[in-house]
Amino acid sequence: MTKSFRPIAGISAFLIRRMACCVFLFACTTRAESPTNIFDPAATPAHSIFSVSMLMFSVTVSIFLIVGSLLLYALIRFRHRPGDSASEPAQIYGSNQIELSWTIIPILIVVMLFLSTTRIILNTESIPKPESAIDVVVIGHQFWWEFRYPKLGVVTANELHIPISDPAEPTPTYLAMSSADVSHSFWVPRLAGKMDVIPNRINTMWIDPKEPGLYLGQCSQYCGTQHAKMLLRVYAQSPEDFYAWVKQQQKPANPDLGNNAAAAEGRTVFLHNACINCHTVAGTAATGRFGPDLTHFASRDTFASGSIKNTPENLKEWIDDPGSFKPGALMPPMHLNDHDLIAVTAYLTTLH
Amino acid sequence: MMNTASTIPIDAQLEPPWVLPNRGTVGMVCLIVAEAAIFMIFFVSYIFYLGKSLTGPYPAQVLELPIFSTICLLSSSFTVHFAVSSLRKGKFRNCTIGLAATVLLGSLFLLETAREWYHLIHDEGLTIRTNLFGTTFYSLVGLHATHVLVGLIMLSIALGISLGGRMKEAHSERLEVLSLYWHFVDSIWVAVFLVVYVIGR
Amino acid sequence: MADTTPVMEGIDESLAVERSGFEVVYEWVTTVDHKKIGLMYIAYALIFLVIGGLEATLMRIQLAVPNNHFVSPQVFNQLFTMHGTTMVFFMGMPMLFGFGNYLIPLMIGARDMAFPRLNAFSFWVSAFGGLLLYFSYFGASGLYGAGSAPDVGWFAYAPLTAKAFSPGHSTDYWTLAVFLSGIGSIGTALNIVTTTICMRCKGMKMSRMPLLVWLYLVMSSMVFIAVGPLTAAQIMLTLDRYVGSHFFDTQAGGSAVLWMHYFWIFGHPEVYILVLPAFAFANEIVPVFSRKAIFGYPAMVAASIAIGFISLSVWAHHMFTVGLGPAGNTFFVFATMTISVPTGIKIFNWLATIWGGKVHFNVPMMFCVGFLFQFLIAGLTGIMLSVAPFDWQVSASYFVVAHFHYVLVGAIVFALFGAFYYWYPKATGRMMSETLGKWHFWLFLIGFHLTFDFMHIPGLLGMPRRIYTYDAGRGWEMWNMIVSIGAIFQIIGVGCFVFNMVHSHYRGKIGGHDPWDAWTLEWATSSPPPSYNFAIEPTVHSRRPLWDLKHPEDPDSDYE
Repeated sequence: MTKSFRPIAGISAFLIRRMACCVFLFACTTRAESPTNIFDPAATPAHSIFSVSMLMFSVTVSIFLIVGSLLLYALIRFRHRPGDSASEPAQIYGSNQIELSWTIIPILIVVMLFLSTTRIILNTESIPKPESAIDVVVIGHQFWWEFRYPKLGVVTANELHIPISDPAEPTPTYLAMSSADVSHSFWVPRLAGKMDVIPNRINTMWIDPKEPGLYLGQCSQYCGTQHAKMLLRVYAQSPEDFYAWVKQQQKPANPDLGNNAAAAEGRTVFLHNACINCHTVAGTAATGRFGPDLTHFASRDTFASGSIKNTPENLKEWIDDPGSFKPGALMPPMHLNDHDLIAVTAYLTTLH
Repeated sequence: MMNTASTIPIDAQLEPPWVLPNRGTVGMVCLIVAEAAIFMIFFVSYIFYLGKSLTGPYPAQVLELPIFSTICLLSSSFTVHFAVSSLRKGKFRNCTIGLAATVLLGSLFLLETAREWYHLIHDEGLTIRTNLFGTTFYSLVGLHATHVLVGLIMLSIALGISLGGRMKEAHSERLEVLSLYWHFVDSIWVAVFLVVYVIGR
Repeated sequence: MADTTPVMEGIDESLAVERSGFEVVYEWVTTVDHKKIGLMYIAYALIFLVIGGLEATLMRIQLAVPNNHFVSPQVFNQLFTMHGTTMVFFMGMPMLFGFGNYLIPLMIGARDMAFPRLNAFSFWVSAFGGLLLYFSYFGASGLYGAGSAPDVGWFAYAPLTAKAFSPGHSTDYWTLAVFLSGIGSIGTALNIVTTTICMRCKGMKMSRMPLLVWLYLVMSSMVFIAVGPLTAAQIMLTLDRYVGSHFFDTQAGGSAVLWMHYFWIFGHPEVYILVLPAFAFANEIVPVFSRKAIFGYPAMVAASIAIGFISLSVWAHHMFTVGLGPAGNTFFVFATMTISVPTGIKIFNWLATIWGGKVHFNVPMMFCVGFLFQFLIAGLTGIMLSVAPFDWQVSASYFVVAHFHYVLVGAIVFALFGAFYYWYPKATGRMMSETLGKWHFWLFLIGFHLTFDFMHIPGLLGMPRRIYTYDAGRGWEMWNMIVSIGAIFQIIGVGCFVFNMVHSHYRGKIGGHDPWDAWTLEWATSSPPPSYNFAIEPTVHSRRPLWDLKHPEDPDSDYE
């Protein structure tokens, strides 16, 4: 390769690699196997964002291709070749018409993009709430999520159950969110954009998944040591399944433990230890509010805010030392002896 | 294109005299803008939290118009201006008098502020930690008072130099720069007066 | 028509005398010479560039695979806090102020800055701030006992920074270090503005100043308006933590959002403060290596001022997810989108400068070409983020991290590298090695793109920022691995650069006073310049005084 071509080769390689990356990135994203892909919307807010994003991508990618190609062309066409004369090129100081044109055109693009964006903002933030909406109060804690259904008398933690919404008769879920301590953020990408969860402030958002399923997300505002493991699990269910779940959750803990002696012993240990300072089990003397409500603990697939599978082995290890899973979690090691540990675990696994 | 000698372009014929603004003045204006930005945020906090205190005491209950201290501080701007213009005209004794009057008036302002705070803390039970009003009031007025104190220290140094007979006409630009700072401190007080004692009550 | 006077290379007689190490150190520590202070700022910033880079590398090792245990969550949270704080306040600001300090008096034909002692004071205050921040690794007590650096994130949101949630002193190290850096920044900015307005040489009207000087003027003016809010907020935070006030105490009715407003009223202009000098370097380098005057000087000045001005009004685009309401969100969408207009104008003017020129691909120009493409992309991802609904998805995710690193590394660091290669001959008298420079460029380019191109994807796939680990099964693993691999190339590239700088100091080709055949005043004196800069105060008649001297038949003054 002659010397004069080396820079072109370099620059072309550079730019072609850049463009290939962009196309590749985009393709990957749209087809990626990810349960939290923002380009795989499953509810109206996420759909609106998806459509305005496509418009915006097409505008920005076009601008990149046009300006990038012009730049590449200029660098190649006007490069200094070794045989060139030593004279300086014509000195052009400016041109008012050209300046005007590349001021006006961007202004027009900005206006168009602005109007499209405003429409989506208003559609998401300013629409009236339908009568049939499900109300959920979301309270962010360090490092778990509290969910209360005021009209249904349900209190749970970390796993949010909501009914799907039929477009013919919408039943969206309205979330009224605040924090008990520091700022958090509620983000389930396939359902909606995120909304911050801030103390001394109530933020609202709504979601309306059309298909049943499990939608994942997590806290998106740095809130301390275990910000990374403050996961979200949203279970969208058919109305029948949802109301069946509600009915179960409305009951207090079953006082009758049958023949389960270990569980009965475990309940005694639970009620006589510091557990009750932080946790609530409806129907018992445990009414603590600092930690998650455990009344229906065993009905959940996970605990520790979605980061640990809910199995007796994991549960035992967690109660013994939460820091072994989630260093920095605010639950202290309970210092129970082995016998009590097994008993309490047995009790908690009966709390369906 | 490489010589061993550097070539500096110069022009033997002078164009119209090349006069640029005074360094001290420009520097002080920059400092004033930066300080104004800091004060602005304290004002914003004050206004934002008006009416949001969860408990009393409240501004209308405990604040009285600080007429005396305002008159002191505003007149001190006149006295410092008098000092600067006297120095420019070479009237050194008047300059000393002007500076002394400014320091005196500024000190009276601070004493009056101290008296007001004593009353608020001991009689009304309002401290910086009492409520949002206490927090924003003491921080804003306190920040201003700190700036007054710094200004007084600088003015006292100038007064000392003037009393020692070492203040010359050539120093008038520097004294003017100092007086700019003092005028700034004064105008912040006007804003505090309006926001805290008039509108906020 | 200007006369000239050839002046022999400044002969510094003191060089002939052997000086003890102590005397040399004493001279540097007590200097008020803008050139020495500038070089100290730059050396200091380079050290923190390496330290900040080390912190980033440790984070990338931790995140390369899911559920990694390379560092604990506590250490990881300190790493991202220190990395951000270091890079912004103790690398970016000192580096850019260092270049400004060195170049501005030379470019305007002045002897020094307006307030040399304030200059030295500002440097030492900032330097102390950096040392204080790093002392926290040894001396601070935090949430987890002794020896903990701050772990609240570089923007230290309330109420995480309240005494209740961040006990001990590690947060206070952050507050105090950044506070001191702010004092230093205001001091240097004051010096730059005063020098620019009051110390230009004869004939250099404002409309004849090099664009670098204009951009530093705008940037310094922004410092006055932007740093104040952060200083005020930090005073309030410290009062909250120690005196029991309630500025950000949500239990007493205080507002967490207020801290966010104050921080971003500082934070957004701050990133423009960081990027404007990068534009400044491109404005000097691109014309010289295209052999053409900058296209549209007045439009460039107007665009720079417009960017400075508008950037003061866009801050809440960092808060689109806070729930400001449709009116608030819409206003900030609009303001943010409008800033793309003057920014676009600048890119088009650079394009027009290259168009019709004769482009020489020396190392400074290669870095500036990288800057141009990368800044274009960074600006476009910025426009994407200004679409608030899209931001509702990707705010606080790796998409945003990728965007701002594209600006900070892809635009600013690349322009800085270009500036190093361009002005190194002026400061030392020797040229840096072109071969090593090319190795540096290509390695760093590959590493930059591996890391920051692919970093956009996890953001789009739902990965938030500031997480010390993540589960498998989210589709993030491969991308994180690629991102981490890119770090290796960047490290090697920077290694080449540091070696080049040291080696060239002793073995580099002698550059002479004007190795690039450039046109601004700093090339009219020797390399390195004598302590007094110019033997005689220059007189200028146009924007490119040396072009006029070299082309007396066709001077710029005929066209301006």
